[in-house]
Amino acid sequence: MDDIDRSIINNLQGGFPICEHPYAVVAEQLGINESDLLQRLQQMLEKKQLSRFGPMYHAERLGGGLSLCAMRIPEADFERVAEQVNAFSEVAHNYARDHEFSMWFVLGTETPERVEAACREIEAVTGYPVYNMPKKQEFFVGLKFEV
Amino acid sequence: MGDDIKLDELDRRIVVATQAGLPLVAEPYQHIADELGTTAKEVMQRMRRMLESGIIRRIGAVPNHYTLGFRGNGMTVWDVPDEKVVEYGEKIGALDFVSHAYHRPRFLPEWRYNLFAMVHGTNRDELKHKIDAIAEMLGKDNRAHEVLFSTRILKKTGLRLIPGQKTVIRE
Repeated sequence: MDDIDRSIINNLQGGFPICEHPYAVVAEQLGINESDLLQRLQQMLEKKQLSRFGPMYHAERLGGGLSLCAMRIPEADFERVAEQVNAFSEVAHNYARDHEFSMWFVLGTETPERVEAACREIEAVTGYPVYNMPKKQEFFVGLKFEV
Repeated sequence: MGDDIKLDELDRRIVVATQAGLPLVAEPYQHIADELGTTAKEVMQRMRRMLESGIIRRIGAVPNHYTLGFRGNGMTVWDVPDEKVVEYGEKIGALDFVSHAYHRPRFLPEWRYNLFAMVHGTNRDELKHKIDAIAEMLGKDNRAHEVLFSTRILKKTGLRLIPGQKTVIRE
């Protein structure tokens, strides 16, 4: 990764234009040519230096439900519960964390009402309470990550 | 913010076609239009509308902190007075080493924390310094805080934005 790659990351976390030749517009701003920009983006995606390139959608505004949920699962039951939780197609990500609240997952549901219902179903299947922690407010300044 | 525009069938097909990323070709909107059997003008117009209404947050690159050298990443959770959570959330969210910050509900007595922030450092030592800096900024309003490190990814399949479709929209 060189200075041009870094400049792409630092300058292109938002504001990508909606026009006929957007890569050409951005390439010119960066002082490189269009094919170089496309090739570098391709490479950074392949190397997973970028996890994505494109529009970031606001899940809730598309009509679905979204929440972060936590569970306190004792070590002895952890694998069983992980399997049961993961079996829900609405569980998008699930992480083990080094805390008494040891399991943290994101629920993405087709309707907002479905979040609470899914939590109750997970409780019924696993026998453990689900702490449903939907965001009350987001403080999101997305355009600043510098490399 | 929050005033929902109604998405029609073509809008939804545009979301499905672009949620994993924009095509890396000279004319990406034309490319999408060809896939969907419409015109680039139509695609661009609808995407502009979704951008203006906040359905699209932004269009650009999503950096992967971990592969870019940030190996010390932690979910920090803070107990701050409820009446100051917005003020502190905005301050913490604006820090360049914080990628996301959220106000979330407490569950007393088991869970006292109402402010969450994902903090990134090149290693755990640097992460610790950054967390200390946040603690200092909060002063006595930092009633307690903890860092939760992820030890294992149990599942990562992505969010279902549109029924029947899946994608990862955020790390």
